[in-house]
Amino acid sequence: MGQGKYTTVSIPKSLYNRIKKLVEETGFKSVSDYVTYVLREVVAMHESERYEEPFTEKDLEEIKKRLKALGYI
Amino acid sequence: MVSKPHGGRLIIRIASENRRSAVLGAADEYPVISIGLREAYDVENIGYGVYSPLDGFMVYEDLENVLMNMRLSNDLPWTMPIVVSVDEDSMDFGVGDEVLLSYMDRPLAVMQVEDIYRLDRRLYAERVFGTTDPSHPGVYNVFREMGEYLVGGRIELLDTVDNPYARFYLRPMETRVLFRERGWKTIVGFQTRNAPHLGHEYVQKTALSFVDGIFINPVVGRKKRGDFKDEVILEAYSELVKHYYPKDSAVLSIVRYEMRYAGPREAIHHAIMRKNFGCTHFIVGRDHAGVGDFYGPYDAQEIFREFPDLGVTPVFFKEFFYCRRCGGIVHERICPHDESNRVRFSGTYVREAILEGRDIPDYIVRPEVARVLMSHPDPFVS
Repeated sequence: MGQGKYTTVSIPKSLYNRIKKLVEETGFKSVSDYVTYVLREVVAMHESERYEEPFTEKDLEEIKKRLKALGYI
Repeated sequence: MVSKPHGGRLIIRIASENRRSAVLGAADEYPVISIGLREAYDVENIGYGVYSPLDGFMVYEDLENVLMNMRLSNDLPWTMPIVVSVDEDSMDFGVGDEVLLSYMDRPLAVMQVEDIYRLDRRLYAERVFGTTDPSHPGVYNVFREMGEYLVGGRIELLDTVDNPYARFYLRPMETRVLFRERGWKTIVGFQTRNAPHLGHEYVQKTALSFVDGIFINPVVGRKKRGDFKDEVILEAYSELVKHYYPKDSAVLSIVRYEMRYAGPREAIHHAIMRKNFGCTHFIVGRDHAGVGDFYGPYDAQEIFREFPDLGVTPVFFKEFFYCRRCGGIVHERICPHDESNRVRFSGTYVREAILEGRDIPDYIVRPEVARVLMSHPDPFVS
């Protein structure tokens, strides 16, 4: 089993240098680690904006009926 | 707004009534994989979306990523393998076939086989449990109980294992509606497999001070000898919530799941399950999901740093204790007194007191809870 598959993206050299300097003062092992961490955080934030509950109005009524019967509402 | 399901979509893999009748009507024609209780609960959790975004048992690519990178092949955080295994001599099917997953001869799901691959026991144990020591119960399971091959593929739920605690069982679809009905926007999840003492209560209430509601979610499943029985835990928690929590501030509901005791990795998994129930926060205490001394007391908190995209906020606690000088329940950061003033909460102490018929002080266990524990004729798993 491999350690993971990677690809290359380009960022401005000046940004790379800024991150490199920043990374030296943190627990990150490399610029790539830092960029991966930050991107995951940002991507997850954007992804979470798109969501609809999977149930219909009919489902909703049935769920509420069961919740009432069990004493939860 | 309750938490979005992990991966952005709540998975529902329940066979339609027609499909269920058709499969069960022709059950004799399907190859069968016999599964244990652990996998039976996994089937149920996949079917109802507790394990969203999983829609089946893991194929090789996902397992490889989970073991090596603690992520699914689509990069989503995921730390625990969810797999079903078979021995070579019982493998009378191939990729592309549909098989029944049966628990004690009862078909629980139909699976479309997408992948069959060999289990690397050593790698699995090292990566998931951080050890190959067979005294670790998870490692023991990998080396002694799992078959040589893993079978991956999507499932459709046909049936579930009998549930004696159905009164306390809510599926993610139901908890998500319930939280909305109560007007909760922030919900903290609390995982437990023990009867509550005041240390638990203070952790829960401290977290509750900052959110709209708490979701107390005991794990019901196979337990170790000497653990409290599930019915005792539920009765004890019912009393605690009834007498000591503000109305409509707590929901008590079980999850059917078998502990793996994988410490830090399993703490992430527990957080993901509660995210799928709708929790925005999750409590991680001392030695969460640990066993023996295989993990450091706060390893399960440290690991959360690696997941900026988990989508559920961990709430970390150190140990609460009773301090005689403070005259109350406190923790390290707010109590200046030395160890001689401190009474530590201990499950072992509570167990011994019950077995010996001794009174349990009310600064350790609430009297209503103690009554439940003491009055039960046989409160422990034997």
